[in-house]
Amino acid sequence: MLKLYVYKFYLRSNDMQEMLQVVDLWVSVEGKQVLKGVDFSMGYGDVYVLFGPNGAGKTSFMMSLMGFPKYKVDQGKIFFKGEDVTNKDVYERAKMGIGLSFQRPPTVGGVSLERLINLLGKSNGISEEEIDVILDNLKIKEHIKRSINDGFSGGEMKRSEILQLMLQKPEFVLIDEPESGVDMENIALVGHAINHLLGKDKVRSPKRGALIITHTGYILDFVNADKGYIFINGRVICSGNPRDMLNEIKRNGYKGCQVCQ
Amino acid sequence: MPISENRLSEIKSLASAAKDKKAALGPDVDLERFKEFAKRDRVESLSSLKSQTMEAAIMSGMDIKEDVRSGSFVQLNHSVIYESLNEKYKDQLQIMSTDDAVEKFDFIEDYFWRIVKPDQDKYTAAVALNPSHGYFMRVFPNQHVEYPLQACLLVDENNISQNVHNIIIVEEGASLNVITGCSLSKNDAEGIHLGISEFYVKKGGSLTFTMIHNWADNFDVRPRTGIHLEEDAKFVNNYILMKPVKSIQSAPNVYLTGKNAAAQFNNVIYGLKDSYIDLGSKMYLDAPNTRAESIARTIAADQSVIYSRGDMIAKTKEVCMAHLDCRGIVFSKEATMYAIPALVSEGSIRAHLSHEASIGPISQEQVEYLMSRGINKDDAVSLITTGFLNLNIPYIPTFIDNKIKDIINATAKDAL
Repeated sequence: MLKLYVYKFYLRSNDMQEMLQVVDLWVSVEGKQVLKGVDFSMGYGDVYVLFGPNGAGKTSFMMSLMGFPKYKVDQGKIFFKGEDVTNKDVYERAKMGIGLSFQRPPTVGGVSLERLINLLGKSNGISEEEIDVILDNLKIKEHIKRSINDGFSGGEMKRSEILQLMLQKPEFVLIDEPESGVDMENIALVGHAINHLLGKDKVRSPKRGALIITHTGYILDFVNADKGYIFINGRVICSGNPRDMLNEIKRNGYKGCQVCQ
Repeated sequence: MPISENRLSEIKSLASAAKDKKAALGPDVDLERFKEFAKRDRVESLSSLKSQTMEAAIMSGMDIKEDVRSGSFVQLNHSVIYESLNEKYKDQLQIMSTDDAVEKFDFIEDYFWRIVKPDQDKYTAAVALNPSHGYFMRVFPNQHVEYPLQACLLVDENNISQNVHNIIIVEEGASLNVITGCSLSKNDAEGIHLGISEFYVKKGGSLTFTMIHNWADNFDVRPRTGIHLEEDAKFVNNYILMKPVKSIQSAPNVYLTGKNAAAQFNNVIYGLKDSYIDLGSKMYLDAPNTRAESIARTIAADQSVIYSRGDMIAKTKEVCMAHLDCRGIVFSKEATMYAIPALVSEGSIRAHLSHEASIGPISQEQVEYLMSRGINKDDAVSLITTGFLNLNIPYIPTFIDNKIKDIINATAKDAL
């Protein structure tokens, strides 16, 4: 309660500068506590990375931010662009400007990727010519007749996810392990595509905020992240320069982080 | 008459003995209730069909302009009202009433009541004793017809029994695509459609047969079908049922008698209102390297009852392969669905038979995935359901696709 009160005061005093504000978030999945009091905030256009061992709660954090019903909020609040979205569903959050690139997206049998592309293009005012350019850049044109994610390789899956986000045009993107299951050639392609998605490759492009989960840190070769966070045991325990953090993790694993915790 | 008196007498005699024989499956229908005879006049063109009849024909997949069809056949109640064959294809194929074919061709005896038995049950017997036309199609050897033939069997009168006998012959090395529809242009009509279909695909031939059924609440349907496949013959059967029907029961027998023969069945079934639907197929793999596949996508809405069957029966002692893929979704708490795959090996020591049958809800994970892209829940459910039913059947007009979407939108709301 005290934290919420403090946050309200903070909002008034800071004129809602934060794009995302998470206050004391406790989340459970089928009775198991996966988030244990997360406090987290991001400004407009910020790009942050999340590190952490397997099972630390990183993906659960992203899924909770997106509003998947399986992730039950037991306590705390999520504010997006100053609005309390804690009780909003996935669709409402997507419409407000949150997008998610899944680590392992589901197959949607019988629905071609092309159909989804046309649907998203139409509803977000993207011309066929623009779509064509995006498809060319992502080298995914030859796959669009297939059912969504059906038999896609790791790289194809990630490219399809980034493609969908490009058509969705969210203000804030959640990217869950963009390198997992992707070969080195595709990592470069996906990395450049994410950079483009975030508007980092052009001076005048609108900048999108992003939260990226990474284990390997390869993505940092392509995307210039502002800050890194370490997630352990359902909580954010520290922040810092993402490259320094990555180097530390590579040297010593998460043992040092246990101390911080 | 080219068919010998002896043969005709034999058929009548078998039928007479079976006229009260109940079918093994499906509710029994009292045929005595449907004794009306309804004759209709011929029309000059499909565009001169009455508006309601035309609408019913269109909903059954008919191309009224016939631009992308090689020929057409329309029967209304007990009358053939339209037959046409594009001049361009007259050296490639024939299309006419089965009655005319029986009068005209000496060879017809070899194809008449050969793979459907007149004494199978009271419904086959009724057609053998009181036939009312049906279509005859034949494509000549090694001919590949550019556009499909189309046929429509319509009913617009109460209390009739439409007893049709259809024969298709695909000669050696030929290929044919057929689109047929059966429809009511009087929505409240009570009655029954009895359809005997005998299809013969000869060596190296190929037949793709698509049937769209548009019946209504008070109408019973009992098709009886046999398909005979010779060496290297291919048969694809697409079946779509998207409107209510009082009851329908059918299980075509497919005889794969020549080596390398292949058959595929694709059934798309949407049970609405209190429809009783019992559909499947029986494939007999009786030659080396024969292959059969049966795919069914079924949705049970409202108070419908659906039996989705598939029998693969291996008889050859050589290698053969068969697979059943039978998936269903139950949309309503008052609907019932049975998925009944059956695999039989009669001493077929080298047969590979498999099946996957499942009944389950729409995937919540898929719905939420699409919602996270900014697609609302209803549209996501509709998209997934359309995808579930999408078997990529060619030559299905866009408006039928749209109709499918309308039905899904109207019934899928309670699915989650």
